Amino acid sequence: MSLLTPERAEPVPPTPSTGRSGPRIDGRRLLLAVVAPLLAAVVALAVASIALLISGSNPLTVYARMLSEGTTLRSLLITVNNAVPLYLSGLAVAIGFRMGLFNIGVEGQYTLAALLAAAAGAAVSLPLFLHIPFIILVACTVGAGWAGVAAVLKTTRGVSEVISTIMLNVIAGGLAAYLLATQFQERVEGSNNTRTAPLDETARFPILDPGLRMLGIEPPQGTRLGGFVVVAVVVGIGYWLLVSRSRFGFELRATGLSPSAAVASGVDAKRMTIAAMLLSGALAGLVGLPQLLGTSFAYGLDFTAGLGFTGIGVALLGRGSPVGIGLAALLFAFLERSSATLQRIDVPTEIYVIMQGAIVLSVVVAYEAVRRIGVAQAERAVRRATDPGTAA
Amino acid sequence: MSAGTVERPESSTDRRRRALAARPRTVALSAIGLLVLLSLVRVISGAEDITSSGTTSAALRLAVPIGLAGLGGLWAERAGIVNIGLEGMLILGTWFGAWAAFFYGPWIGVMAAVAAGALGGLLHALATVTFGVDHVVSGVAINLLGGGIARYLSSIAYGDGQVPGAGQTQSPNTQPLPQVSLPVLSDGPDLLGRLEDQGWFLLSDLAGILKGLTADVSVLTLLGVLLVPLTFFILWRTAFGLRLRSVGENPVAADSLGVAVYRMKYAAVVISGALAGLGGASLVIGSIYREGQTGGRGFIGLAAVIFGNWRPGGLAAGAALFGYADAIQLRAGGAVRGLLLFVALLLVVVAIRQALRRRIGLAIAAVLIGAAFALWYLAVDTVPSQLVGFTPHLVTLLVLAVASQRLRPPAADGIPYRRGQQT
Repeated sequence: MSLLTPERAEPVPPTPSTGRSGPRIDGRRLLLAVVAPLLAAVVALAVASIALLISGSNPLTVYARMLSEGTTLRSLLITVNNAVPLYLSGLAVAIGFRMGLFNIGVEGQYTLAALLAAAAGAAVSLPLFLHIPFIILVACTVGAGWAGVAAVLKTTRGVSEVISTIMLNVIAGGLAAYLLATQFQERVEGSNNTRTAPLDETARFPILDPGLRMLGIEPPQGTRLGGFVVVAVVVGIGYWLLVSRSRFGFELRATGLSPSAAVASGVDAKRMTIAAMLLSGALAGLVGLPQLLGTSFAYGLDFTAGLGFTGIGVALLGRGSPVGIGLAALLFAFLERSSATLQRIDVPTEIYVIMQGAIVLSVVVAYEAVRRIGVAQAERAVRRATDPGTAA
Repeated sequence: MSAGTVERPESSTDRRRRALAARPRTVALSAIGLLVLLSLVRVISGAEDITSSGTTSAALRLAVPIGLAGLGGLWAERAGIVNIGLEGMLILGTWFGAWAAFFYGPWIGVMAAVAAGALGGLLHALATVTFGVDHVVSGVAINLLGGGIARYLSSIAYGDGQVPGAGQTQSPNTQPLPQVSLPVLSDGPDLLGRLEDQGWFLLSDLAGILKGLTADVSVLTLLGVLLVPLTFFILWRTAFGLRLRSVGENPVAADSLGVAVYRMKYAAVVISGALAGLGGASLVIGSIYREGQTGGRGFIGLAAVIFGNWRPGGLAAGAALFGYADAIQLRAGGAVRGLLLFVALLLVVVAIRQALRRRIGLAIAAVLIGAAFALWYLAVDTVPSQLVGFTPHLVTLLVLAVASQRLRPPAADGIPYRRGQQT
């Protein structure tokens, strides 16, 4: 099924074979690195400005307000907290991208993982140093297992993971709702919310406020820095080591760039597909945990949804590098946070969703456009160098 | 494609393809078989809803948006463009359709929905055809954008409480389009309805289904149904359709024969978006726009395309199946319980067929799974609604798992095409 041509899954900047080496290619890379994001930013700002003009407000006023609102200490802390699950979700999607796999199923994987991790975590009582690892292990296993369904369908039956993970998302949502209502539900007095039994004190992730105070930053009333940001950084480093510095990562990227070449050089494509999908699912399992272990301590009907879909945008924006994905997650979280108070000047808060969509679309278009210009230049250079008619 | 196959002996793929190409007799026989099974299940389980006109009518209504999204997917993929963005175009269709229908009347609403969907398609075409962005990437971005635009505009249009009955996440009620019924049979004397009320085996079931399909059908539903044969006619019986499909099979060859590949792809994707927009209109006209109301129907439509092996007829069958699954879950849980029995009986039929073909392993597997469903049927009174909600999605997965290797997508589906370049 050719729903996706793996070699083009992620527009990777090419290293054109111009026959020359060194500075030329670097210059083009620099161009790509600078021009594409700039172009994308201009287009995205234009789209957002049009949307704002439609609502009858002055875009400049709105941007100024977003900047001033978004950069208060309180907003910055919230931005960092909210960026953590987006970052994990983006990494989960990106690891699949690296080998041309589209895991659109992060949404379902983290929903199911968060529910079962919450239920398992509440069912046991363990000492502090075991409880959190246990919950993390459950979440990763469930996420990987759910992604594994798509991986097995792909390797044994040739089912495109794009379609199967979309279907699995809906099935996971239904299963989670069913399990919550029939198996793990604990009624909350005076509330319509149904949720699992709350986790013990031993399963609550430490917060980093003491660390902030040591740095001389006093977190504002009611705001804290969740400890999961440390986990996110560790996972990011792990991702980098795995993808860029290990044999596994090399084979992963090789398969993504050219499946046939990878297979010809001895890579087991099926094994790689299953491994990448399981890893992606395991990472997806972490997405719900900052909330579960940091703020809500239970899985309920009001558990944050949609992080998996936003994660696809984050991964596309971050272009596969752990730092890029981090910046993309921070940008997404910043846009959401800084538009939260726009209602007061009669601008719909939802402007941030348009901004996110416009940024993602214009970034992928800009990179592809600039890549093509680069390829055309390289071809022209080759022609000039090899055609005896014009080479004077 | 066909000229070459005449010369050489029939290969196994040709045979399989021929077997898959549903012939009228097979279709008729399967339809009768299904009807007998369904009425048997109704009589045994007492779940009257399984073949009632109410269920059928709801199934038809719910199948139309899925089918239109599917047609959208079919048009795009036949020209080689994968359109994951159907969901976003569907959302655009629902929002603009409801908004224009409330302020300017239902027909303007339909046109606005089609236009909004087509604009979404144009954006997808711009990204994938002109800029060569990966199809799935662009589609995902359009889904993000479509949802965002609908939420944002809702907030602007209805957020201030100026429009009665509307709010941040929903539009006011819109006027319905006229409805038509078949005279005498399902209207006036209502012969079919009376026959249905008798509760006779087979006859009343047939009457119920026919009545559901012919009574009080919205003009928009009718339009949606008619677009299936129309799509077949245009894509398989006109020069334009041949060119469009050639672009999806082998754009390089098509280009060398003088087909304007880019223009064909643009046309296909814009029409694809327009069809999805119309699907959105069919959800909201005579009803309201609600946030999240599309519920992944764009994706289900895409699944219907695959289920139908990239053919309009198969796609319509898939959409009908998903519409029926959607409708039955809106009924009481007893109807779904009846369907468990239906699945069990169906698997027995499958087992007999496989046994006749000497595939004993498959036959035993079918019997065992059938027995599990029969046990489930006997063990419960109702099936929880949360589990029923994803029936279409589960069916899609099963169909893909069983049949995906026998499906034949357009050969150049999803591959970015650049004139003068091999990839």
